[in-house]
Amino acid sequence: MGDEDQKILVVGGGISGITAAVEAAETGANVVIVERNPYLGGRVAQLNQYFPKLCPPTCGLEINFRRIKNNPKISFFTQAEVLSISGKPGDYSVAIQVNPRYVNDNCTACGKCAEVCETTVPNQINYGMDSVKAAYLPHQMAYPFKYVIDSEIIGTDEADKCAQACPYNAIDLEMKPETLHIQVGAIVWATGWDPYEAEKIDYLGFGRLPNVLTSVMFERLAAINGPTGGKMVRPSDGKEVKSVAFVQCAGSRDENHLAYCSGVCCLASLKQSTYIRERVPDSKAFIYYIDIRAMGKYEDFYTKVQQDKNLSLIKSKIARITEDKESGGLLVEGEDISAGSQVSQVVDLVVLAVGMRPGTSKIRPDLEMNYDDFGFVTGSGDSGIIPAGCVKAPMEVAASLQDATAAALKAIQVAVRR
Amino acid sequence: MDQNIGVYLCSGCGIGEAIDFDTLSGVAGESGVAKIYTHACLCGAEGSKVIMDDITSGAVNCVVLGACSGRVKSEVFEFDPMQTIMERVNLREHVAWCQPAGHEDTQAMAEDYLRMGIIRVQKSTLPTPYLEALDKTLLVVGGGSAGMQAALDAAKAGYSVKLVEKEPELGGHMAKWHKNTPTTPPYHEIEDIDLSTIIEQIEGNQNIEIFKSAEIEKVSGAPGMFDVTLKNGGGVHRVGSIVLAAGWKPYDATKLENLGFQKFPDVVTNVQVEEMAKAGSLTCPSDGSAPSVVAFVQCAGSRDPDHLPYCSAVCCRVSLKQAMYFKEQNEETKVIVFYKDMRTPEQAEEFYKQVQKKGVIFVKTDTSKLSISEGSEHKIAIDATDELLGEPIQMEVDMLVLATGMQPAVLDDPILNLEYRQGPALPALKYGFPDSHFVCFPYETRRTGIYTAGCVRQPMTCTRSKSDGTGAALKAIQCMELSSQGKAVHPRAGDLSYPNLFIQRCTQCKRCTEECPFGMYNEDVKGTPLPHPTRCRRCAICMGSCPERIISFNNYSVDMIGSMIKSISVPD
Repeated sequence: MGDEDQKILVVGGGISGITAAVEAAETGANVVIVERNPYLGGRVAQLNQYFPKLCPPTCGLEINFRRIKNNPKISFFTQAEVLSISGKPGDYSVAIQVNPRYVNDNCTACGKCAEVCETTVPNQINYGMDSVKAAYLPHQMAYPFKYVIDSEIIGTDEADKCAQACPYNAIDLEMKPETLHIQVGAIVWATGWDPYEAEKIDYLGFGRLPNVLTSVMFERLAAINGPTGGKMVRPSDGKEVKSVAFVQCAGSRDENHLAYCSGVCCLASLKQSTYIRERVPDSKAFIYYIDIRAMGKYEDFYTKVQQDKNLSLIKSKIARITEDKESGGLLVEGEDISAGSQVSQVVDLVVLAVGMRPGTSKIRPDLEMNYDDFGFVTGSGDSGIIPAGCVKAPMEVAASLQDATAAALKAIQVAVRR
Repeated sequence: MDQNIGVYLCSGCGIGEAIDFDTLSGVAGESGVAKIYTHACLCGAEGSKVIMDDITSGAVNCVVLGACSGRVKSEVFEFDPMQTIMERVNLREHVAWCQPAGHEDTQAMAEDYLRMGIIRVQKSTLPTPYLEALDKTLLVVGGGSAGMQAALDAAKAGYSVKLVEKEPELGGHMAKWHKNTPTTPPYHEIEDIDLSTIIEQIEGNQNIEIFKSAEIEKVSGAPGMFDVTLKNGGGVHRVGSIVLAAGWKPYDATKLENLGFQKFPDVVTNVQVEEMAKAGSLTCPSDGSAPSVVAFVQCAGSRDPDHLPYCSAVCCRVSLKQAMYFKEQNEETKVIVFYKDMRTPEQAEEFYKQVQKKGVIFVKTDTSKLSISEGSEHKIAIDATDELLGEPIQMEVDMLVLATGMQPAVLDDPILNLEYRQGPALPALKYGFPDSHFVCFPYETRRTGIYTAGCVRQPMTCTRSKSDGTGAALKAIQCMELSSQGKAVHPRAGDLSYPNLFIQRCTQCKRCTEECPFGMYNEDVKGTPLPHPTRCRRCAICMGSCPERIISFNNYSVDMIGSMIKSISVPD
């Protein structure tokens, strides 16, 4: 590497951003990560298992967090966002807003603040399926391992109570949003993805029927640190889930919603079918699909999961999900394309395999980046802004890592060019 | 170095309530340490300053921290690993937070952890990094999409590159193709292939030395010091790391007799269609006529336990593209695609829809069960079951295209010809692909400093191959940078230790040379291990494999672990 002071800014501290940062830093570059959440890890921190090995994402995250901790070339800001970027490749001025955590570096995560806190707020990491104290650790393995005081209680007596309970003088209720200015040579744009808004697919009942979940919510339901501690129960009445219908392409490959295919949802549903099948004996899983897209060696995973006799794969188009009054479950109806008959299946829970929208589908930063109609970044010309991960196309974790590693070299090139 | 051990105990976060600190300090005192210090918040400014001052003044050069988990507060307890040995004893998460406070077993547990921590430090020495692997030239093997991109991107980052291509020209498979699938919005039209730009950039780049019509005779050495010998007197070249982008080869269609290959002249592969299109016309090999009815068979030998069980990921998109070739040649050509699942992920879905609009017909069926026979007037007869209609269909076509899959180029040729005790090839995980076993670390191979890119690693599109080449180049550069500083690469990046062998006591049993997953050891003729420290990933499997216990690290050894276990106090 040339100039040791040359910095790379990574926007987004999800798996792509972390990877770009760590790979660049281990090559010799100085890196700053800016992350919106109070923790690093992004969507991956919300997953229960990865396909195809069904390993816990925490493992890979911990390894990467260790790489960050051991590497003085990486610094990061959480609860932070980029306000503006100006300049040219090799020389960008970036303004970053760091929002208050109301907890400083003295925090040891001892938890005394949460013990006295009574107000609860929706639990962001569990997609609001449960709530947490307004003084909270984002999740058990959160990095940084520091509490957050939710702005909800700022200015109340309760916040003072939390501050008084802290033995380490770690709560600072006077914190204000801060604007920082940094100079960097290159920028990796890894702002990730959002699940498609399932409530827009009216006929699938999400938002109206409590037992219709999205695939990302189902990950949390299965997670040991999720809203039910990993118990497979119906949100409506807490009854054990005995059957699950997975509706593929929920809003995907559909001109009225997302015209493209998100590439990962088939594998995700195959994976999720193992959650229910392994935890609830004699349970049944139904996957309603158009095509099963298990690319490359992921085919092996499809082949393996298919062996399960209690899993049915049905080429079909689901037209309606309604409440089944008798069982308290849900009636899934549609066309069974292969059998030329009708699907009419009562299940306890429906999981909508929703697609991925790029982080730029709603807000497009004022940067030299080109987009396709869906908001995916298709390129950034010769600028020093390098897109990485799901902001470019829907990707699974391994592909995101591959892409982010490539982005690290592109960023280093820009840094060297100066 | 003479050790001056400081034991720093933290009673904060409930540790002080769970454990009796007077007794705990006494345990440290038994070990003859230089200093014992207790604080109610060691990670706070006051506590951490005490440690820092002791190190700066030289009073302490080994730190045993009895506090929280090593996962946390690492930014506070960060000392120069070349100067200070540090061990963190986890009294918080592993004792105070999970055991009943004040119980005698809780106390005993804390004391044992502390004894083990102190012993561990006593049995450690400061590392002496291996600083001999200094070359920072990258070798790229293969001048196709992935290899060209790897070479160019490494050169653009300022590194010297040697690019070896076995063909007389750069370009790989792409150079032989007619057109590409859509890569730019709105993803509707097939695209011209332009390789001239990148080839010019490579040939004009002073950082890149190109060897065409060249193959590798052998590779010896280790990261930072590989010696690469080219065949036919191509010389010996010193490089620091290697990107293997040797590409793929089509699945052998002669094994697809059931689909009529070689039985009927007009049954061709997708590779042949590409060559025909590039040559200018798509004609039936039997009589040179332009086909008016063409069928594609997807998964020809793929997703099939008797052939390739995996999916080659690109064939669906390739057949859509080739269907367009036929439509471009003559709009009236009838094209039918027999498929198991149409796999057009991401934005390729747009292209699929476009091809459907152009009138191409899609029939879902188990393509491995197609019946192919001779039809009328030299036509090919196909009998299939249309799974969507649930009924049999018969048709006659002029040409049948088999969408065959990809196999790695290293399937039966190691290409790199590594002079490693464990063999000349990169170990493959499955189906011959030297791909990573890890979701989280896609570039890792079992030969340190050698990274695979493109279709030699796994089937992928050429767009993905290019970015894969860039990523592999980054990993290769990173390896050279870390090796030159005597540091380990992933997953113990930055680790300065490596195995020390007390070779006088070696019995040449060869267990270490066989068991190292990374092939770190070569052997001399007698079977004595020849370590190559920069190949080492610090997994310590060799340490465990050695029956003579002659392999150890500065900070990890059989003696250390044995002593730690012995230090545990067992009540009478």
